[in-house]
Amino acid sequence: MGTVPSALKHCLSYQHLLKEQLWIAEPPAAAHPAQEPQASGLPEYIKIVEVGPRDGLQNEKVIVPTDTKIELINQLSKTGLPAIEVTSFVSSKWVPQMADHKEVMRGIERHPGVQYPVLTPNLQGFHSAIAAGATEVSVFGAASESFSKMNINCSIEESIEKFEEVTKSARNMNIPVRGYVSCALGCPYEGHVVPDKVAEVSKRLYSMGCYEISLGDTIGVGTPGSMKKMLEAVMKEIPLSALAVHCHDTYGQALANILTAIQMGVAVVDSSVAGLGGCPYAKGATGNVATEDVIYMLNGLGINTGVNLYAVMEAGNFICTALNKKTNSKVAQASFSTGTI
Amino acid sequence: ATGGYPKRVKVVEVGPRDGLQNEKNVVPTPVKINLINMLSETGLQVIEATSFVSPKWVPQMADHTEVMQGINKLPGISYPVLTPNLKGFQAAVAAGAKEVSIFGAASELFTKKNINCSIEESLERFDEVMKAAREASIPVRGYVSCVLGCPYEGKISAAKVAEVSKKMYSMGCYEISLGDTIGVGTPGSMKEMLTVVMKEVPVGALAVHCHDTYGQALANILVALQMGVSVVDASVAGLGGCPYAQGASGNVATEDLVYMLNGLGIHTGVDLQKLMDTGTFICNALNRRTNSKVSQASCRL
Repeated sequence: MGTVPSALKHCLSYQHLLKEQLWIAEPPAAAHPAQEPQASGLPEYIKIVEVGPRDGLQNEKVIVPTDTKIELINQLSKTGLPAIEVTSFVSSKWVPQMADHKEVMRGIERHPGVQYPVLTPNLQGFHSAIAAGATEVSVFGAASESFSKMNINCSIEESIEKFEEVTKSARNMNIPVRGYVSCALGCPYEGHVVPDKVAEVSKRLYSMGCYEISLGDTIGVGTPGSMKKMLEAVMKEIPLSALAVHCHDTYGQALANILTAIQMGVAVVDSSVAGLGGCPYAKGATGNVATEDVIYMLNGLGINTGVNLYAVMEAGNFICTALNKKTNSKVAQASFSTGTI
Repeated sequence: ATGGYPKRVKVVEVGPRDGLQNEKNVVPTPVKINLINMLSETGLQVIEATSFVSPKWVPQMADHTEVMQGINKLPGISYPVLTPNLKGFQAAVAAGAKEVSIFGAASELFTKKNINCSIEESLERFDEVMKAAREASIPVRGYVSCVLGCPYEGKISAAKVAEVSKKMYSMGCYEISLGDTIGVGTPGSMKEMLTVVMKEVPVGALAVHCHDTYGQALANILVALQMGVSVVDASVAGLGGCPYAQGASGNVATEDLVYMLNGLGIHTGVDLQKLMDTGTFICNALNRRTNSKVSQASCRL
């Protein structure tokens, strides 16, 4: 833009700008009010569900040792994040990156006020998770038959029946269950996904006892247009307060999609520290949206998250070093470049 | 609550100028010309071709005359060029330019560091350009830098942005492009800034020029669209890093913007596949990876 002098590294005022003017600092003391809309119509508080240690690491090429996973989760526990998805109690035959699920579950520090959900694809996984100390679990459905078949080799209906066993046991033990719906805005096999189908699957999961439904744009193809249409259909069946969005940034649309969702009143957003987790359907492409970039946007909107952005960037730096990769977070990239971190 | 969206958006492609100017590697003149010619085939209506500034300051744009004279100028497409002063304006017109752009900033310190004068003085320097442009019936676009933050001053008041925009609009600029120069803006600050600027400049004369340095560009553009802005600047393949944060990204990628607009049912006239092909071409020439996520992902499409 215009005639600019050559690269300005380490401009002190710029660092000052970031630290003091742009909310990369301690957030104000976080009371967690009810979701009263601000004058702007946006929620006052948004719960961030950190999926890096599970969804993120599961989709990284490099497998990290158990100690590193535990250290990552412990660092994330100190950032103010209210929920951290720890691991997946799935057969190591299918997901070798999560083979150490028991050790991780038993090894992490459990901070008060922080939830540590784990994935449990079936009753066996559920029992194993409980035995290892889990106090919240998640189940995964899909809005696409083809995806369900290719992923877990059964129809949507059959998968729902398996989850019902889990939610039944969970209810008996007072264990909350979160439901995920994959392919909410598009499927790598079927292409377009009808919003009513997403609503139907969401309703099934909600009726069987899931306290929250996380709507996942699994291949990141969604745009603010399709996000709006899908949410309008789902909101006819599920109360707003029980909805979350899980956006992938494969096509760079994640923050715009999340903004659309929060403008419609959604107040729970999934994200992954450093944007860990590539897309298994588009080689070399990115996957999860970076927690740092989400928090930066929410801070700028005056929305409280309770999360310390600096602390998340440091955890991101730790895991990227361990994975020997560059961060996918633009906020982290820019902050490291200016010497802010 | 989301408002409506414009039915059409004009995409202003700044890759060949803002993009290439901020790339580490310099490309030869034939490559620049080919880039612009390829962009001309994509349906884009406005392609910022080059900058008539002294090569002492911006060596990447030293071949401005050759580029301007060498490109295919398709009917219906505008090829604006930057003209920092009367001399540049005259050289631009002599080389065949039919539209020019001038630059202001919403920050005194930025203006001082950049061109060693105050905002007021910088706009006075453009008086001559505006006069000559008016006499030659050449439209002038105005850019305002640092609208959502400044690398030197930090926070920028929306009132200041409105003041500078209004001044440039009154001087005769047909359009004011509001630039988030360091990409620090968020939907919150974008909304606040536009609310104030729109009291002084009609929304039909406004454009947004968002940088993606903090990953906020598309979210910021979305908010601008919701407020009625219908002109958006972008750079093919996201060319052009940020001079203030080494290694960080700069311009938002045109492909990613068009993908979002397509998804919103907003008409741009741009062929996304041809645009991606153009991005592939220039990234090969620059020996770099694309900054466009749509391009990166699209080996699946």
